[in-house]
Amino acid sequence: MTSRQTPPASAAGSDPARQFRETVLPHLDAAYNFARYLSRDATVAEDIVQEAFLRAFRAFPTWRGGSAKAWLFAIVRNCFLNWAAGQGGAARVVSESTLSETQAEALANAVDLDQEDPETALIRRKDAEAIRAVIEELPEPFRETLVLRELEELSYKEIAALTATPIGTVMSRLARARQMLADMLLPPSDLAGGAPAAQEVRR
Amino acid sequence: MSACPDKTQLLHGLLDGELDAVNAAAFEAHLKTCEACNAEYLRQLSLRDRVATPGVAHRAPERLRANIEAMIAEEAAPAAHPPPRSVRRAWWAAGGAGAGGLIAAALALTIAIPQMTEASLDRQLVAGHVRSLLANHLVDIQTSNQHVVRPWFNGKVDVAPPAPELADQGFPLVGGRLDYLDGRVTPAIVYKRRLHTVNLFVWPAETRTGRDHVARRDGYSVVEWTEGGLRFAAVSDIGVDELQQFRHAFEAAAPAS
Repeated sequence: MTSRQTPPASAAGSDPARQFRETVLPHLDAAYNFARYLSRDATVAEDIVQEAFLRAFRAFPTWRGGSAKAWLFAIVRNCFLNWAAGQGGAARVVSESTLSETQAEALANAVDLDQEDPETALIRRKDAEAIRAVIEELPEPFRETLVLRELEELSYKEIAALTATPIGTVMSRLARARQMLADMLLPPSDLAGGAPAAQEVRR
Repeated sequence: MSACPDKTQLLHGLLDGELDAVNAAAFEAHLKTCEACNAEYLRQLSLRDRVATPGVAHRAPERLRANIEAMIAEEAAPAAHPPPRSVRRAWWAAGGAGAGGLIAAALALTIAIPQMTEASLDRQLVAGHVRSLLANHLVDIQTSNQHVVRPWFNGKVDVAPPAPELADQGFPLVGGRLDYLDGRVTPAIVYKRRLHTVNLFVWPAETRTGRDHVARRDGYSVVEWTEGGLRFAAVSDIGVDELQQFRHAFEAAAPAS
C-alpha cells in the first residue's frame, strides 16, 4: 500500500501517458498476481491484465485520485468477471468442500521442509510453489479475500469496496481463509484441540 | 477458533492493524491471560510468515509488461491513432455501401498522407499485432478453413488475400480480421505457432512497395515481402528465423495470384 493519495491526472493535456506510467503501471505485478489467483491460469491472467490496462488507460482521464492500485484492481476484477461469465460461470463454481488432492500433493512436496538440505533455495522455491497451490485451491470468495489482504495488503475497507461486501463479511471470510490455510500449511497446534475452525464460519 | 470463538475478529483485526487503540489494547491484554488465544495468534503470525515466502506472489511476465508498454505508446500516439475498435466494428455493421464509401475515404487518406517510413510502419505493424491480442479482437472470422477466410474478405477490402492452411508446417490457420493500418483498412490473416500468434497483413503491392525487409522491434519480429502483386507483412513474438520459416511455408502454399 505504497503510493496512495496520488493527485488525479487533472490536466489531460499534460501527458497522460507519463502520468499513467508513473501512477498505474507500478501496480502491474500486483494486478497480475490478483488476476492470476482469481483465474488460476497464467494465460488467462495475462489476457485479463492486458485488457484491464487498456481499459484503465482509456478511463484514466476519469480517475479521480485516491489509491491507483484499488482503482486498477476494480478494473481487473471486472475483466475477470467478464471472462468468467464467458466461461458459463464455471470458474466461480468451486465447491467449498474441496480441499483436494492437488493440495495434498503440494503439501507432500513441502513436507520435508524442516530437514536440513544444502539446496535451500530449491526448497524454498518448492515451498513457494506448494503455498501457491494451496492458496489456489481455496474456494472463492475466500481465495480472493486472502490474496487481497495477505499478498496485496489492501485494507479491510478497500477489500469491502472492491468486492461490494460488508466489512464484517470481509473479516469472517479472511478468518476462515486463514484457518483453512493454517490447517493445510502448519502442523496442528496442541491447543487447537479437536475443534478446528472449519465449522465455525458458515455465513 | 480454538480459543475464544467470540474473539476471532479481534484477533485478525489486531494481526492486520485494523483495530482502534482501545480494542487493540484490550485484546493484547486478553492475549496475556488467555493461553489458547495467544497460541492461535502466534500460529497466525507463523502462517503469515509462510505466505510471505518469496515467490508466492506472482510477478507479471516480461512479455506482458512489453505488450502493455506498447499499448500505452500506441494509445498515446495522437497522430497515428486508429479509431476505437467499436467504431471500426460499427463501420462493417453498417454494411456494404457504407463500408465501400469508407474504404474510398481510407484510400483518399492514404494518397493524402506522405509515404510512411519503414520504421514507422514497423511500429504500426507491431502495434496492430499487439492490439489484436488485446480485448479478444484477434479474429473477426474464426475458422481453419481457407475457403471460408478468403471469400470473407470479399467486398470488405480491395485485395483477395490468400489464406492457405499451414498446420502441416506448424502454423495452423486461425482466421481473419480487418485491421486499420497506415490509414487504410487492411486484412490480417491469423495463424498460430504453438502458443504464439502470427498476424499476416496484406496490401496490394502498388500501394506499398519496398524491399524484402526483416526487423526486430520491442521484442516482436517483422518480416515483409512482395509476392504475386501483393505485399505481405508477418508480425509475431516468435523469433525472426521462425517467422522466416513461416514466410517460406506461406509462399510455398499460396499460389501466386
